[in-house]
Amino acid sequence: MDILVVLEDKNGMIHRMSQEAITGAQRIGSEFNLSVGILAMGGNAAALSDQAAQYDVNEVLTLENEHLNHYTADGYGAAVAQVVTNENPKYVFFGHTYQVRDYVPRVSAKLKRPFLNDAVSYSSEGGNPVFSKQVLNAKLVAALQPNDGGTILISFQSAAFSSENIQSGSANVRSISVDIDSAEIKTVTEDPFQEEAGGVDLSSAELIVSIGRGIGKEENILLAQELANTIGAEIASSRPVVDSGWLPSHHQVGSSGQTVSPKLYLALGISGAIQHVVGMKGSKNIVVINKDPDAPLFELADYGVVGDMLEIVPKLTEALDR
Amino acid sequence: MKICVLVKQVPGSEAQFSVSADGSWIQETGLPFEMNESDNYALEEALQIREQKDEGEVVVVSLGPDRCQKVIREALAKGADRAIHIKEDAPYNTDPFSIATALANTIKDEKFELVLSGLQSDDLGFGQTGVILGEILGMTTATLVVGTEIQDGKIKVKRELESGWFQWQTMDLPASLAIQSGLNQPRYPSLKGIMGAKKKEIKESLFVDMCDIDGLQSFNGLSVQRAEKQTEMIEGTVDQVVSKLVDVFKNEIRIN
Ligand SMILES: Cc1cc2nc3c(=O)[nH]c(=O)nc-3n(C[C@H](O)[C@H](O)[C@H](O)COP(=O)(O)OP(=O)(O)OC[C@H]3O[C@@H](n4cnc5c(N)ncnc54)[C@H](O)[C@@H]3O)c2cc1C
Ligand SMILES: Nc1ncnc2c1ncn2[C@@H]1O[C@H](COP(=O)(O)O)[C@@H](O)[C@H]1O
Repeated sequence: MDILVVLEDKNGMIHRMSQEAITGAQRIGSEFNLSVGILAMGGNAAALSDQAAQYDVNEVLTLENEHLNHYTADGYGAAVAQVVTNENPKYVFFGHTYQVRDYVPRVSAKLKRPFLNDAVSYSSEGGNPVFSKQVLNAKLVAALQPNDGGTILISFQSAAFSSENIQSGSANVRSISVDIDSAEIKTVTEDPFQEEAGGVDLSSAELIVSIGRGIGKEENILLAQELANTIGAEIASSRPVVDSGWLPSHHQVGSSGQTVSPKLYLALGISGAIQHVVGMKGSKNIVVINKDPDAPLFELADYGVVGDMLEIVPKLTEALDR
Repeated sequence: MKICVLVKQVPGSEAQFSVSADGSWIQETGLPFEMNESDNYALEEALQIREQKDEGEVVVVSLGPDRCQKVIREALAKGADRAIHIKEDAPYNTDPFSIATALANTIKDEKFELVLSGLQSDDLGFGQTGVILGEILGMTTATLVVGTEIQDGKIKVKRELESGWFQWQTMDLPASLAIQSGLNQPRYPSLKGIMGAKKKEIKESLFVDMCDIDGLQSFNGLSVQRAEKQTEMIEGTVDQVVSKLVDVFKNEIRIN
């Protein structure tokens, strides 16, 4: 096959971002006349493979191996490198998940083949797809040029393709195997766990006032808190505010935190990094106040104000209080 | 424990960019540069591990043009013992594999037990350099690390998973860990530290001498992001902006 999509297991189901990668493979496959295969591996390989066989692709590969039952970068890196060597696809597609971040660079280093990570889009050049990613705090986009000579590994940013457009069909399933020496597995993993929830369920909040690093210092959080109290909103934040210890972690919105979809998401001093955006882009009305007119979050905003939040927020609270 | 910390200098998050005339990179003159955010946390973690054990060495390695001396000095002022600067001038290196190769060749004889890097660089965002380096040097690797515990001949790390989940894993040493922000509170350099840093060693080498391979990928043109959504910009004096916002909140969004 020409494009191999590597699936990620999410409790026996295909990870949402792997479905997006399949959608991308189907689309790019038909546009550039490339055949598509899917790789299901790990402890739930059989279940994933059953699901994958119901998509319109050429082939589904199932890989079971005792060393892949639990994820380790050692095992998954070695396994995918071997599959790529054996199958020799032109492209290997992944969703840009945390697991992919963890082991795919090792596949790249083992094979000495490029890993184009976090691609947001593609275009056509000379009959081939060219992939692009965001750089420099998401303010610019760079077209990526892999060197010649073999397989190209690519991961796609969340929502680069919409899994609603995935095509159903039926695919042949083929079992494959790899050789993994137990001495290669130098990592022992424990079960995933969640830290104690803090009681704030932002996912059901109607109104959210969310603060970013632009708040400047801890004392200023009070300004946002007063505004939130006035309109009956919950307080949320970007990661740096939590990292600084100014708010507990359950206030964090984004890929490592909560996903929200309020009627109003008022973003104060938040730049709009993708890891934040994935957590709030479903909000019905996004209002952005940022002093930098080039802040990427303005692209998602329904209403935008270029200005100093420290000046605007207190007056806004006062005006709304009246 | 001998620990290597990879530190990169990147444009600050509030920097305004313009693409250079040939479209290959940005105009750097006048840009504010600073230590990559997650690298700052990696450095702090290294310093804390050294302080807990009260032994060992923290060595900072940075690859880039002369301006990187600023972040190297900053790291030394915070308490790193010595530094290595792999010098490379423009054009900006946009291949994580060749950067990792140069870093690996530079440190391979030092026998570090631990390499700490940032999770990803804020300018290029590959999220690969520390992992590739680990693979090249035959180390175990982990990314999204938000906690470390040194054990006998091993290291136990807490990894962040998606949506607020975590996982512990125990790995053989030597290990290369990519550190996620927030796992500690990075210190500021003291005046004494700043003075002391001047006497610390910064070994210099050249990128071309440290990397013997061709890159795996490069950038082929930079462009500005396009807007996706129709945004209504609210302009005017602060008072005008505030009264328009109140109107939007009450009459358009209807927050009650
Ligand atoms: C794997 C991974 C997971 C991550 N998970 C998350 C996550 O779950 N959630 C998350 O938020 N981030 C996450 N991040 C971090 C993310 O990449 C960004 O670094 C972060 O979102 C930036 O936060 P910020 O916008 O508050 O800060 P910055 O990017 O520093 O932006 C601050 C903004 O404030 C503006 N500003 C400054 N002063 C003022 C003022 N007085 N008035 C108005 N505006 C002002 C500036 O112009 C700037 O745009 C993650 C990163 C990685 C790599
Ligand atoms: N030029 C460099 N000099 C020193 N460290 C680097 C360099 N490039 C990347 N790194 C390290 O590798 C991490 C990940 O970078 P990247 O793979 O570019 O996202 C950074 O946070 C740094 O710790």
